[in-house]
Amino acid sequence: MSDSLDAYLVLSGMLFAIGSFGFLARRNAISMLMSIELMLNGVNLAIVAFGAFGTAASAAAEGSIVALMVMAVAAAEATVGLAIVIAIYRNKKTPLVDEYDSMKQ
Amino acid sequence: MADLENLIPALIVLPMAGFLITALIGRRLGKQAHWIPVVAIFAVWLIAMALCVQVLTGAAPLIPDSNSSHGYVVHWFTWIPADKFTVDVGFVVDELTACLLIVVTTIGLLVHIYSIGYMSHDPGYWRFFAYLNLFMFSMLLLVLASSFLVVFVAWELVGLCSYLLIGFWYRKRSAALAAKKAFIVNRVGDVGFILGIMLIFVSLGTLDIREVIHRIGELDPTTITIIALLIFAGAMGKSAQFPLHVWLPDAMEGPTPVSALIHAATMVNAGIYLVARANPIFAHAQSALVVVAAIGIFTAILAASIAMTQTDIKRVLAYSTLSQLGYMFAAFGVGAWTAAIFHLMTHGFFKGLLFLGSGSVIHAVHEEQDMRKMGGLSNKIPITYVTMLIGSLAIAGIPPLAGFFSKDEILGESLKAGFFWVWAIGFVVAGMTAFYMFRLMGMTFWGVFRGPKEVWDRIHESAPVMTGPLVLLAIPSMFLGMFLGLPLGASRINEWLAPIFEEGQSILHGGAAEPAYALFGIDGVLIIASVTIATIGLLLAWRLFGVGIGPIRLPSRPERVRDLSARVPFLYRASLNKWWFDDLYHVLFMVLGGRLAAAMWWFDREVIDGAVNALGEATVDAGRGLRQVQTGRVQNYALGIAIGLIVMAGSYLLLARG
Repeated sequence: MSDSLDAYLVLSGMLFAIGSFGFLARRNAISMLMSIELMLNGVNLAIVAFGAFGTAASAAAEGSIVALMVMAVAAAEATVGLAIVIAIYRNKKTPLVDEYDSMKQ
Repeated sequence: MADLENLIPALIVLPMAGFLITALIGRRLGKQAHWIPVVAIFAVWLIAMALCVQVLTGAAPLIPDSNSSHGYVVHWFTWIPADKFTVDVGFVVDELTACLLIVVTTIGLLVHIYSIGYMSHDPGYWRFFAYLNLFMFSMLLLVLASSFLVVFVAWELVGLCSYLLIGFWYRKRSAALAAKKAFIVNRVGDVGFILGIMLIFVSLGTLDIREVIHRIGELDPTTITIIALLIFAGAMGKSAQFPLHVWLPDAMEGPTPVSALIHAATMVNAGIYLVARANPIFAHAQSALVVVAAIGIFTAILAASIAMTQTDIKRVLAYSTLSQLGYMFAAFGVGAWTAAIFHLMTHGFFKGLLFLGSGSVIHAVHEEQDMRKMGGLSNKIPITYVTMLIGSLAIAGIPPLAGFFSKDEILGESLKAGFFWVWAIGFVVAGMTAFYMFRLMGMTFWGVFRGPKEVWDRIHESAPVMTGPLVLLAIPSMFLGMFLGLPLGASRINEWLAPIFEEGQSILHGGAAEPAYALFGIDGVLIIASVTIATIGLLLAWRLFGVGIGPIRLPSRPERVRDLSARVPFLYRASLNKWWFDDLYHVLFMVLGGRLAAAMWWFDREVIDGAVNALGEATVDAGRGLRQVQTGRVQNYALGIAIGLIVMAGSYLLLARG
């Protein structure tokens, strides 16, 4: 474990950036969900890192608790997201999001 | 009698009630529908007569803040209480109103009675009486009201009644058009009137007539002149003076009692009443008075010249009314205000008589109005004949009938006031009046009948309910002039109206005393002159169109008439075609006005509507363009969010650090 907070934040930022790129660029809905997970994990990493390097006594514990909560929410989000993707897939017969443009109407 | 004062509102409440009841349940009353209106007007007549006696004998109390005017001032209620702008509905019964009340209620009552007979076969019987009562309400409100704004409301109401009654037989296209014409031409004058009222309010801050005429001297002369001319514009419309005279002859499309009541004896006098009521305003605006005199006397001769060749019996009388109203305005213009009101009263009675008589004639010859198909009716309908003869002599100015006194007063006063041209034209018109009236009498009553034989056999005198009013109107036509006009120089009408015109006359003449009346001087000469010209006109008509009074018998000479009219073809055609005023107005307002309106419509449609539509289309187009942004693809939105976040975070960083 490195002593530098910056290293963790750089990694976290890279993870978030990769996730963002994937979310914006990938055409497959499943891949987009996966990209969201990447972004969430990037954020989680940043939270935990801030907790570990925090000056307050309970900082480490608080950071871990928030990260755990984010994971729980991410799991729920993934479930709902997958369910939606499957529902749309049944309608549109395609996993590609650029075909999903009924919001235009 | 303090009680009488409380009855003044009843003068307008009764006819209004009569109108409402008849309008609501009249249809069910059928041929009995006349009872409520006639009784209402009879009650009004009684009250009015009692009031007039009180006011004119000086038994009524002095009107507050007036020198010698007797009468009643009643405040009924405040109509518009808006801070400084308050309009009261109140009534003033002074000598001038009393004179008008005599004419309006008496002729109103007789016309109501006459209508029972005249309209008896009309399916709109109840409607007719409802309208008549509405008219009486409006007319009485007009003469009684104490505020200019209430007068204006009544002014519009009488115009409405006139419209409704001219267009009474609205299924007839010409009647509907005539009603519309009367209404629209009147509006032109009314615009002037309402502008005058506004100017009065703006400059004096009140609309109460008595207050306005007391304080009018505070204004500068230009404003007063403008006010006077604007009020006169209203009077011109209602009293059908040139150039707004075109509606009155067409108004003869209405039933004859309406022509008698509204278009001869009462409503058309409203203009005279208004200028007489506002006399101090005109006294301050002497240039306006000259305009009044010029328009009046011009209308008089114009209408008289047209009346000489018309063949429709009612149209002759209509042009005669125009001409006589012109006399009244001319009299007003030269400052002979008492003479104007005097002529108004006498003319109301004999013209009402003549119109009702013409209605009786029209009835007798089966709704024929063309005098060329009449003739020789004097033995068939003797009562109508005698009463109309009295009316004709009265209007022609033969002494001692009513018209002689009032007309002579007008002519004499105009010469003595220094308006020689008014006198000269009026003098000619007096001869023309006698001529066209006896042309009418000759073509209608004397000579031989020129209509179909089967009509001749069935001609009979009208029912007593129609001849009764004729006889009752013939009495004032004979004696009213003597009653009001004697003794010469200090007549009763002068005595009555002196308090009304005192203030204006003193402004007008600067307090100079009038020259004494000289029967054996200038006045006597004028009387002889006007009687002579009337007699010449009368004899000329007898010679050309025949006569048959007792031993005086002359045949009509149609060939001489043809010769004479061929000798002055232009004048003849001008008279026959009413000096082409209807055609001129047709070109000016229908054709050119129509083109202008079409151009305006084009401008409205293409430019105004075009601009609005273009704006709308531009909005729609912009929306259509912006819709491209909304792709519906979630990734595009996400990109937008991401860019937004980066921009916000970036700018925060840059600005917060910087």
